[in-house]
Amino acid sequence: MSELKNRMLSEGEARLRELFVRGLAGDAAVYQASLQELSTHLRAFLRRRLSSLPDDVEDLVQEILLAIHNQRHTYDADQPLTAWVHAIARYKLVDLLRSRSRREAMNEPLDDHAELFTDSETEVADARRDLTGLLAQLPDNQRLPIVHMRLAGLSVTETARATGLSESAVKVGVHRGLKALALLIRSKHEH
Amino acid sequence: MNTDDLIRLLASDTVAVEPRVWRRRYALALGAGLVGAIALMLMVLGLRPDLGTAVLLPMFWVKFAFPVALLAGALLATVRLSRPGLPLGRVAAAIAAPVLAIWVLAVIALLGASPAERSALIWGNTWTTCPANVTMLSMPAFIALFWVMKTLAPTQLRLAGAAAGLLAGALGAAVYALHCPEMGAPFLGLWYVIGMLIPTTLGALIGPRLLRW
Repeated sequence: MSELKNRMLSEGEARLRELFVRGLAGDAAVYQASLQELSTHLRAFLRRRLSSLPDDVEDLVQEILLAIHNQRHTYDADQPLTAWVHAIARYKLVDLLRSRSRREAMNEPLDDHAELFTDSETEVADARRDLTGLLAQLPDNQRLPIVHMRLAGLSVTETARATGLSESAVKVGVHRGLKALALLIRSKHEH
Repeated sequence: MNTDDLIRLLASDTVAVEPRVWRRRYALALGAGLVGAIALMLMVLGLRPDLGTAVLLPMFWVKFAFPVALLAGALLATVRLSRPGLPLGRVAAAIAAPVLAIWVLAVIALLGASPAERSALIWGNTWTTCPANVTMLSMPAFIALFWVMKTLAPTQLRLAGAAAGLLAGALGAAVYALHCPEMGAPFLGLWYVIGMLIPTTLGALIGPRLLRW
């Protein structure tokens, strides 16, 4: 498990930590850049750990990024970012492996059918689990802000106008929607 | 949705996070747990009738200091185990020290007592109810602490659940000391410890299921 640590240390823990902390303080562009950089570390880390499940790597990268974002209030600036991210990655990795072994132990034949059509070559570079599909399960007050802002690229003000929600409702909708998304992913693991 | 889309989506969630929000949440949980425990103690058990004279005895304060010391160690463990990647450091020693101290006092008390007095020091008059009462008084804090821990990100769920359980148990025991008439260190070292171990065990059992995220 120390590869991630070494990798991030060599890339400059201090610099990435500074980016992340500035991002948490409200600089959205810097926050995005820090997540981007974290995602490359996570991908490399998970490719090595999940060599037997290569199709799961990108799904898990996304799940960990979502966890990092949703749990960002548990990060203190005086703590090494590496240790914090590593603990989250490890937790989610163990969770995935556990749910995989449970599913294989149950030998659930339905899973094979469900995965039949998603198993195409064009999706190799993409995540296997489509978060857009999961988004459809969220209530409107969470789904609409996310869809408008992210997928259509509107600003908070434009989204508020398009959805008829207030600007703060748009912000809260995105915030709660991301938490709900993480819960949906988790409940998928358990079934 | 590819990963870059997701990252843009995450960056668009601009709801500010309060730094060190866990401090405020745990302070509230402990406050609520304390108020709940005191209310339960007053309603169900009552203060010990001789409290006014008991507070003049050193043993009363030992009985109070023992769970309070454990509470400090358990609080440290709880806040560290609530967030990813924090080392536990010497937390185990901080938790073990008060227990060892009370056991040393217990051995001294037993060695200084006649064989006839020894069983009274160990069993007291209330051993049948002490552990259950400590557990009962720990429940408000237990619920509040789990509630808070669920909003944070523990990664060692069994250990985190046990730490929160011990913290609740220590708080329950500290409040129970205001009712409990027992004054022997052997009694404390056995029955108070069992009383605190019940919520600890409960926390370890339900942690993995309840604290997942």
